[in-house]
Amino acid sequence: MSHREAALTTPSGPGGASAGDPRSATPLDLGHRASRRWGERVIALVLFGCGLISVLTTVGIVVVLVTESAGFFREVPIAEFLTGTRWSPMYSEQHFGILPLLNGTLLIAAGSMLIALPVGLTSAIYLSEYASPKVRGIIKPVLEVLAGIPTVVYGYFALTFVTPFIRMVFPGTGIFNAASGAIVVGIMIIPMVASLSEDALNAVPLSLREAAYGLGATKFEVSTRVVVPAALSGIVASFILAISRAIGETMAVTLAAGATPRMTLNLLESIQTMTAYIVQVSLGETPHGTLEYKTIFAVGLVLFLITLAMNLLSQRITRRFREEYE
Amino acid sequence: MASGDTVHQVGEGLDTALETRALSVFYGAAQAVKEISLTIPRNRVVAFIGPSGCGKSTFLRCFNRMNDLIPVARIEGDVMFQGANLYAPDVDAVEVRRRIGMVFQKPNPFPKSIYDNIAFGLKVNGFQGDMAEQVERSLRSAALWDEVKDRLQESALGLSGGQQQRLCIARALAVEPEILLMDEPASALDPIATGKIEDLIGDLKKDYTIVIVTHNMQQAARVSDYTAFLYLGELIEYGDTERLFTNPTEERTEQYITGRFG
Amino acid sequence: MNDARFLPKQAKRKRAGAIFQAVCLVSIGFSIAVLAILIVDVSRDGLRWLSWDFLSRYPSRIPARAGIKSAILGSLWMMALTAGISFPLGVGAAIYLEEYAPRNWFTRLLQTNISNLAGVPSIVYGILGLAIFVRFFGFGRSVLAGAATLALLILPVVIIASQEALKAVPNSLREASYGVGATKWQTIRYQVLPVALPGILTGTILSLSRAIGETAPLIMIGALTFIAFAPTSPMDPFTVLPIQIFNWTAKPQADFHDLAAGAIIVLLVVLLVMNAAAIVLRNRYQKRF
Repeated sequence: MSHREAALTTPSGPGGASAGDPRSATPLDLGHRASRRWGERVIALVLFGCGLISVLTTVGIVVVLVTESAGFFREVPIAEFLTGTRWSPMYSEQHFGILPLLNGTLLIAAGSMLIALPVGLTSAIYLSEYASPKVRGIIKPVLEVLAGIPTVVYGYFALTFVTPFIRMVFPGTGIFNAASGAIVVGIMIIPMVASLSEDALNAVPLSLREAAYGLGATKFEVSTRVVVPAALSGIVASFILAISRAIGETMAVTLAAGATPRMTLNLLESIQTMTAYIVQVSLGETPHGTLEYKTIFAVGLVLFLITLAMNLLSQRITRRFREEYE
Repeated sequence: MASGDTVHQVGEGLDTALETRALSVFYGAAQAVKEISLTIPRNRVVAFIGPSGCGKSTFLRCFNRMNDLIPVARIEGDVMFQGANLYAPDVDAVEVRRRIGMVFQKPNPFPKSIYDNIAFGLKVNGFQGDMAEQVERSLRSAALWDEVKDRLQESALGLSGGQQQRLCIARALAVEPEILLMDEPASALDPIATGKIEDLIGDLKKDYTIVIVTHNMQQAARVSDYTAFLYLGELIEYGDTERLFTNPTEERTEQYITGRFG
Repeated sequence: MNDARFLPKQAKRKRAGAIFQAVCLVSIGFSIAVLAILIVDVSRDGLRWLSWDFLSRYPSRIPARAGIKSAILGSLWMMALTAGISFPLGVGAAIYLEEYAPRNWFTRLLQTNISNLAGVPSIVYGILGLAIFVRFFGFGRSVLAGAATLALLILPVVIIASQEALKAVPNSLREASYGVGATKWQTIRYQVLPVALPGILTGTILSLSRAIGETAPLIMIGALTFIAFAPTSPMDPFTVLPIQIFNWTAKPQADFHDLAAGAIIVLLVVLLVMNAAAIVLRNRYQKRF
């Protein structure tokens, strides 16, 4: 309370800056005390600065990727980079075509989606439409734990459990193969698809379910023919975000999928993703400033642009979905 | 006191479409409907009135087993429909709901085309006839055909509130129910749209038995043949609409219709 | 109940429904089974390595003598510094967005930007950290450079979680505070923040648990994999548990894989403790509203 009393009795604000006896001044000073107002401004400015950090982060990412890539593209034509089908910056015969890395990345993304999308969506439908509160209380924590396991642990799991399993089923498969990486990336992303799709399903108003039940639909029909179509855009948004996550995933594919940039659709072959390539270079002895070194920025730029585009698309769809029901 | 052993009947000489026997609904420990026994005559409009929270909507939702969808709800007593108890263990709630349709408080069209809204119930219930013809017939019955015939493939969400509610009525009629339950069907609509719905109810009673819940007494007086007054989960009075509004036998009914509570 | 115009085929539809429900249950079961297998797989390989020696020794080229002391200490350093950087920045940004920001295009841009940053792959943060903190600011391959990188990585999550916590504070509380003549900052500092704090802490702990498991960005900034000493200042080189795990997993010898499993158990226990703390906080928080 002492602040307030001081503000009321001390005529030091701009409204009451008189030099006389304090008692003769107006007892109620509606102006702010200058120091207090100044302090408030500084605080607001500092907080604004905190908010600005996130913008600076984005600017930093873009500036670093673009300027360093510019150096790379001065030596390697963009057309060659984007259309070349061989990637061998570390060999004496250098090739800088990103397509094999893109191929590896998309192969992992596609393979992982074969697991994450159906499992994630059906889990979401079960959680939203079927599960009792008690069952939810078991399943949700399991999904949260799966989501919280570090990716390097999934890499370990891929190499020590999934790969031996694949090699048992398909003898002759190498230690490093795309399938193992794709499977664990898929597992890793299930919780995200399940949770975001469940949010979308939960956003569908109860009245639509009632309307369908009222017409004599079964629970299965209500879920799959009314609720899922009504939530479709939200579900699609979660799928896009999941694919973006799979594209950016690094450690599991670095450990399990190999380091062989290759144009292939065979999940049993060793491949290399964009992320695994970046890790490979930074683990090696490549000197800073060389063309080989600059490749990580060019590859990083492509990775950033692809994931950014997918995230923006997903956000756009989600916003439209929300407008539909709110 | 109207609850208890006696079955409250109206419309002497008329066939009975539905009959409840000592029907009670519990939400956990709270009893929302208290042992109501009454009959609903065929091809008539019956209105349930009463202050909000009196249990009239809960009671209505027993007739097509919509309360099954609420996990904490528990039902005791019988609902007889065509000689069978709807709550007998071998009765399938899904089949009940096709035979006894429902229109809800707020228009709730599916986010699909007008045509698909009607066709949904036909498809899930294995309709054998001409789909397009049945869609048209339902929309005509709901007095909506002329307004939408040129845009059947457009989203139902583009219709006005009143049109949406008539679409929901058409959707319910399409699966050819014998009884139509209406839970405050006009409460979210403007007076003109409300008038259209009320006119429609008058037309529909030729072919259907209609049970309507309303908080609007004038509406009950306008559309219904018989009225039941519910209060605190109990059936207070049930009888001919005109008689109930002009000459109620129960004191609480009189207090309610003259606006002294509720 | 027969009606020639409708053939509802109840039995068939029921069967379809039952099959679908079974499929859903298989999906759910898959996740549960994977989690169980993963835990069994790791425990089978790693439990026998867990000992005081394992925790208190430095890494070694000989599996039997290897330990994770430097990785544990590095992770602790990393956690403390990352929290120290991201918490004030994240909470500050959240307070700005929730309490100060005008409703204009710039605020919308800030908000969109934050959601987008949350979706940027962690390895891209590694590239940023390498260029900005290691090189430009000259932190070198130090704990500080790593912590600054991870702080930026989790900042969006800290901000979003803190915003949620601030949003949950009832407006009546703010009005009551203004009503007795408090300034904006006094209102936030003495009324809003104390109420929102448990929620903010929950979100921060959860995002820190993400940081503690991160590997790729730290590899990018050059966290060394073989460190036989503990950092003594923020400018020292370091290793962390996930990098140690990566290093051992990437070796061909099975003994090193088992060491990795041992380190994974330690990492998972740390994460479990952090998540349990977050859940305890969250439950206490929920009870108050």
